[in-house]
Amino acid sequence: MADVDRGNRPLSPHIAIYRPQLTSITSILTRITGNALIVAMLLVVWWLAAAAASPEAFGWADAVITSWFGDLVMLLSLWAVWYHTLAGIRHLIWDTGSMLDIGRAEMLGWICVFGSVVLTILTVIII
Amino acid sequence: MRYLTDRKRAEGLGSAKSGVHHHWSMIVSSVALLALIPLFIFTFGSILGSDHAEVAAYFARPFPAIVAALTLVVGAKHFVGGFQVMIEDYMHGTPQKVVLILMTCISYAAVAVGLFALARLAF
Repeated sequence: MADVDRGNRPLSPHIAIYRPQLTSITSILTRITGNALIVAMLLVVWWLAAAAASPEAFGWADAVITSWFGDLVMLLSLWAVWYHTLAGIRHLIWDTGSMLDIGRAEMLGWICVFGSVVLTILTVIII
Repeated sequence: MRYLTDRKRAEGLGSAKSGVHHHWSMIVSSVALLALIPLFIFTFGSILGSDHAEVAAYFARPFPAIVAALTLVVGAKHFVGGFQVMIEDYMHGTPQKVVLILMTCISYAAVAVGLFALARLAF
C-alpha cells in the first residue's frame, strides 16, 4: 500500500541512531546479565558434580572457582543476579500497568543500578 | 453509537488466538526465583570456599540441598525461556532453531547432572 500519509508522524526508534537512555541501557543490561548467568549456572553444576564425584575432582573444580579469576566471575555473577532480580521486579511492576511514566520508569532504573551494587556489597560482607 | 466495548471488538482477533503463554511462564518462574535466588545466594555463598568434607556434609542437609535443587530446576526453565527471547531477536531460520534446541538440551543436561550430584551428596 502506498504510503500517502507521509506527514509529521513519529518514527519507531532505530537503535543505531537512537540516543542511549537510562531505560534502554538498563533494559539491555537485563538481557546481558540474564544470559551471562547461564555460565554461572553451568559452573555451579560442575562444582556440585565434582563434589559428588570425588575429593580430587572437587579439589580441581574448587581451585578454579575460588581462584582470583573464579572469584571475579563469581563476584560479577553475584552482581548480575541481584541486578537481574531487581530488573525482574521492575518488569513485574510494569506488567501491572503502573510506574510506566518516564519519571518513575527512570527512578526504577536507578534503583536497579544502585540497588544491585549495594546488595552485592552487602552480600559479600554477610557471606 | 457503538454498543460494543473495545475489548469485545478486539477479543479473538489475535493472529494466532494465543501468545501470552511464554510471557506467563516467565512471570511464574520469575516470582518463584524471587524467593529462591536470595536463599540460594546465601546457602551456596556461605559454603563456597570450604573443603570437600564440609561441602559434602552441608549438601547432605535437607534445606541447602532442596534450595539448590529447586533453584536449578526453576532457574533452568527461566534461562531457556529468556535465552529463547534473545535468540529470536538476533538469529533466524535454521541456525535459530539449532541454537534453541542446543540450549534446551544443555539445560536439560545441567539439571540432570546437578540433581544427580545433589542426590549423591545427600545419600
